[in-house]
Amino acid sequence: MQQHDIAWVRTDMTLAQPAPNSEVGILAWMRKNLFATRADMLLTVVAVIIAAWALPQILSWLFFNAVWVGTDRTACLTIEQGGQLPAGWSAACWPFVSNRFGYFMFGRYPLEERWRVILAGAIFVGLLVPLLIPRAPLKRANAILFFGIYPFIAFVLLVGGVFGLPYVETPLWGGLMVTLVLAYVGIVVSLPLGIVLALGRRSRMPTIKLLSVIFIETVRGVPLVTVLFMAAFMLPLFVPPGTTFDKLLRALIGVALFSSAYMAEVVRGGLQAMPKGQYEGADSLGLSYWQKTGLIIMPQALKLVIPGIVNSFIGLFKDTTLVLVISMFDLLGIVKQGISGDANWATPQTARTGYVFAAVIFWIFCFGMSRYSQYVERRLETGHGR
Amino acid sequence: MSQEVVLDVAPTKASPFYDPKLRSIVVQVAIVVLLVFGLWWISDNTIENLRRSNIPTGFEFLNSRSGFEIPDRLIDYSSESSYGRALLVGIVNTVRVAVLGIIVATIVGFVVGVGRLSSNWMIRKLATIYILVFRNVPLLLVILFWYQGVLALLPNVRSSLALPFGSYLNNRGLYLPRLIWSQGAWLIIAGLMVAIGLSWYVARKAHARQMATGLQLPVFWVSVALLIGFPLLGCVLAGFPMTVEFPQKGTFLLTGGLDVKPEFLSLLLALSFYTAAFIAEIVRAGIQGVPKGQAEAYSSLGIRPGQGLRLVIIPQALRIIIPLLTSQYLNLTKNSSLAVAVGYADLYAVGGTILNQTGRAIEVVVLFMAVYLGLSILISLVMNWFNVKLALRQR
Repeated sequence: MQQHDIAWVRTDMTLAQPAPNSEVGILAWMRKNLFATRADMLLTVVAVIIAAWALPQILSWLFFNAVWVGTDRTACLTIEQGGQLPAGWSAACWPFVSNRFGYFMFGRYPLEERWRVILAGAIFVGLLVPLLIPRAPLKRANAILFFGIYPFIAFVLLVGGVFGLPYVETPLWGGLMVTLVLAYVGIVVSLPLGIVLALGRRSRMPTIKLLSVIFIETVRGVPLVTVLFMAAFMLPLFVPPGTTFDKLLRALIGVALFSSAYMAEVVRGGLQAMPKGQYEGADSLGLSYWQKTGLIIMPQALKLVIPGIVNSFIGLFKDTTLVLVISMFDLLGIVKQGISGDANWATPQTARTGYVFAAVIFWIFCFGMSRYSQYVERRLETGHGR
Repeated sequence: MSQEVVLDVAPTKASPFYDPKLRSIVVQVAIVVLLVFGLWWISDNTIENLRRSNIPTGFEFLNSRSGFEIPDRLIDYSSESSYGRALLVGIVNTVRVAVLGIIVATIVGFVVGVGRLSSNWMIRKLATIYILVFRNVPLLLVILFWYQGVLALLPNVRSSLALPFGSYLNNRGLYLPRLIWSQGAWLIIAGLMVAIGLSWYVARKAHARQMATGLQLPVFWVSVALLIGFPLLGCVLAGFPMTVEFPQKGTFLLTGGLDVKPEFLSLLLALSFYTAAFIAEIVRAGIQGVPKGQAEAYSSLGIRPGQGLRLVIIPQALRIIIPLLTSQYLNLTKNSSLAVAVGYADLYAVGGTILNQTGRAIEVVVLFMAVYLGLSILISLVMNWFNVKLALRQR
């Protein structure tokens, strides 16, 4: 045994050392994420300059320099324009929004009847929120109430004419309320109609397949304004002479038909993604076509395309603004009307203020929908995907 | 004796009620009958309605005098021209805004989409904010914001903002210098044609050579030199056959030059910036859809990041991107019909005016459908051709 040949062997572990300074802390983060290469440095500098130039301007326009109280246009005018604000002032004119807030929400809906809209909205929220929370009980009853019963309640409340409620004609409706009515009806009609069209397109019966393809491709090939235009000007020609056709109803038909064609394509994507074995499995169990579709195929196919479905809901919600071109007043339409049609608030800043307000409201709805769909997607993830 | 059971009982015939073939025929016949009846009912009502309101049918109205002006146009037109000519002006305007919009949206969308994947934190955040804002706001709102919130607030003609190269910006639009071509300008075009042909030839030769020997030729720079050189040569040979017309500033009016109307500008900006947000997400998804192993593989072969991106990642990402991009181009073209909200004379706006004057709802809608469907099919065909060219060639 030659003891001296044996190298020194360590018997205890070395103590953990702190990470080197170049790897931790804010400086390391900055070096990695902001100044990694020379090109990165240049980009960072440019981006910081843009942000430093834009952010204070945006904040001061929105908040710091904005006018918050006032009763008419003079509150938002500079001295040279006939007001009191210093020359060169340019910021939001919020009194324009706060003074016309009710108008933006309800349109010309009679003041003393607005509680009906608020009540309908409250029931809507009350039914929708438990539907969206996965742990809330009684899902089936809740869904039936929301999709089956609620439309009738809302119809009675909003239109009136029965149970002692005065009749409110739809040309008086406007603002956010019309936007939500259009979006709700569009969504509730387009999903089932889209499923039917998608099944029709994959049907083995040639006539049904042909009709579905013609409908879907024609509607998808033309702009929504054309469909709305058709609904507004041609539908009245299609019904027997003397029949009057409510304008809002015409817009609703146009929006629902249009979005159902897009929904059909989304659903078809899900149907095509289903493995063939699922169809064969259902067939071998002796299930009928509708049992197979309703119990095996659709639940899985729809789950696959939830992001697509929500995307088309968001698209539909944004597309409701297009009813402006057939002179109906949804939220955007009524804001536009307030901007160009109201001499009482005609200031250079009115247009920007109004559109920023409308944009924020649309943004909250659309962003909320997309976030919720991401949440549902994560929840339904069963790990079967790749 | 073996027990032989002879089954001579015929299989029980199922009731025809359960025969799938018969059922399918019955259902189809029923649907066709319903459809025919519905169409008959609709057309009967329509004919009756049109008869009552004394509206004639047919397309001969396209030849009668229109009587309205269209200020923003690319082809000759006046109020003495026919309705058909007016519609043609509208179609040209639709195509103009759609083509320019597609180009701008693609460029902005690719830049933002790549920015979203940048390793630089600031760039990543800016791109994310851009996408978050534009994807969740209606397009019509963006158009109106540009039109009423930005362009309408620019100074008037007298105090126009002077931009570089003798351009002016005011609330009547953007005024740019205009090139006026004189005789001999065809030489420049001819030079360009020759240059395109030569570049194509060089690229082919270089590719063949690389395949054979592995040597690369600087195809890009050669093409740039050709594309600049030949038109320049044509220009010199023809003795510079163009003059530049700068906009002249008067007290109430800017004359001369190329004026871009605010209606067009706001529509173009809104369409392209809105669509760019969607294209950016598609580009991001496409790049992320390429397996990570591809990047690791080219790094291990010693290919540098920029080259790897160009030669390995992007060709594969494009296979994911192109079909989605096609649908965005179609959306942009269809969305250009929102021009009517700001009064830009596209097909939809002109058609609406004609409908108001003549009451020919059915003919106008048929024309809309035909033109928009035609444009959609055209874009689909071009992009499908491109897609097939890029598709993976499997053995």
